[in-house]
Amino acid sequence: MTMDQGLRELYQEVILDHSRHPRHFGALEDATHTGEGYNPLCGDRVKIYLAVDPQNRIGDIAFEGKGCAISQASASLMTDMLVGRSVDEAEKLMGGFLHLVKGESANGLAEEDRERLEVMGGISEFPMRVKCATLAWHTMKSALEGGEAAKTE
Amino acid sequence: MTAQPKLRPLAAFDPLVARKDFEILSRRVYGKPLAYLDSAASAQKPRPVLDTMYDFASGEYANVHRGVHYLSATATERYEAARETVRSFLNAAHADEIVFTKGGTEAINLVSYSYLAPRIQPGDEIVLSVMEHHSNIVPWHFLRERQGAVLRWVDVNDDGSLDAEAVDAAVGPKTKLVAIAHMSNVLGTISPLKEIVARAHAKGVPVLADGCQGAVHLPVDVRDLDIDFYAFTGHKLYGPTGIGALYGKRAWLKSMRPFNGGGEMIREVTRDAISYADPPARFEAGTPPIVEAVGLAAAIDYVSALDRAAVAAHENDLLDYATEQVKELNWVRVIGEAKDKGSILSFETEGMHAHDVATILDREGVAVRAGHHCAQPLMERFGVASTTRASFALYNTRDEVDVFVAALKKARSILG
Repeated sequence: MTMDQGLRELYQEVILDHSRHPRHFGALEDATHTGEGYNPLCGDRVKIYLAVDPQNRIGDIAFEGKGCAISQASASLMTDMLVGRSVDEAEKLMGGFLHLVKGESANGLAEEDRERLEVMGGISEFPMRVKCATLAWHTMKSALEGGEAAKTE
Repeated sequence: MTAQPKLRPLAAFDPLVARKDFEILSRRVYGKPLAYLDSAASAQKPRPVLDTMYDFASGEYANVHRGVHYLSATATERYEAARETVRSFLNAAHADEIVFTKGGTEAINLVSYSYLAPRIQPGDEIVLSVMEHHSNIVPWHFLRERQGAVLRWVDVNDDGSLDAEAVDAAVGPKTKLVAIAHMSNVLGTISPLKEIVARAHAKGVPVLADGCQGAVHLPVDVRDLDIDFYAFTGHKLYGPTGIGALYGKRAWLKSMRPFNGGGEMIREVTRDAISYADPPARFEAGTPPIVEAVGLAAAIDYVSALDRAAVAAHENDLLDYATEQVKELNWVRVIGEAKDKGSILSFETEGMHAHDVATILDREGVAVRAGHHCAQPLMERFGVASTTRASFALYNTRDEVDVFVAALKKARSILG
């Protein structure tokens, strides 16, 4: 792969589109869980809102924050994929995503999910930027667990 | 310094010749020639520095100030000669006013702990500018957290310049120290240090300068400045990591409590009592970074052998050349355009995050810094989360600036 191909794959249209027009951007008034994530390396912040119903299903999700194209696209894509999923499924998706961004295979994911997440796979060629892609996911997880602010460093 | 004449005498300094001393600059990254524009973070090391360290470590090394054997004497001599080199570099009056530290950060922490902390009562004030690096902020925050000190922040102007009057206005009856960067690591702004010192002294307040950038690009004369403390680091000055120095006026150093405790910093230790060595040993507990100190001296020798005014003129030429080109791009906003500034170019790119820009530049072989540059209060001041920063050193060239600008345009074409 030439360097340009690597860059074009990293900044492919789907990613740029998500970063320019993030889905589910904003606050969620009826959130049951919120989490804040911070990347001290670049100062980027993200806040994730989740409305989890009694059946442990993510009824709604939103995010706020400022950051690079990768972190914004990742957050946007994540929110898009998590609406309507169960908390267990969310964590499974996250596990698969963490494999993909490290350039590993994401076994156990449904074909459709894997394909959607694979647009972020180009990041594995850019190890310094993996944290940008994982910030929203870690924040989502810490929101669900009600733990401390997520941090990627 | 923009005060330097832009025209340099022929052959006074040739960056292409100097480049040959820096082997790493001829390597490629991702198949592209390296354009290293991140020297403000850490400078590359010239062969004479590396050779000196190797020769010393392989031929004359032992612990210092301890053994009576031959090598210990040789190593001690080299270590103390390095101190003398630093003294001369800063034009300090006495070698015992030079304390070796791990770097600029440790030097400032030393002043915070040993000089200022015992002098702070709740409500006492420390004056600093918004353009300080975290290393010249956090040690003072410690005193706020632990002892109730108040941090008084001096703003910079919109062009990034810092007025001595503004610093002076913040100095009041409760001010115990003024702590100011000699040169900003983000804006490149050069502080009117001499005037700041004169005005603070008129009110009986001592001044510390963070010289981590300043010592690289500007002549430093601590006696002419009449400054109380001057901290700098080796690795930005083409020297090794793990070594820096603190200049402190002799009277201050003598009045200060020790920093770390351990070997070398004591006069006598018994089971019930302890007495401390005189400065600078008092502040150099444990085995110091000996090879690194010798390397720092070699780095100082290296830059001192060059025509430093010509080097500064060259660096400023690169800055002007780069600034001119990026300002032609209507999606770039330069942050920091003080009249008096060193060779650091920070900018924001419309619609493009600094980290995305830096990633694309990196793949073009261009190494720049992206982020908050350990200066978050300054980022807040200019309303940005992060900037991209290109910094120019003695070994950079106009060709590299061209590659940088072309890469920037490419980033726009991919992300814009």
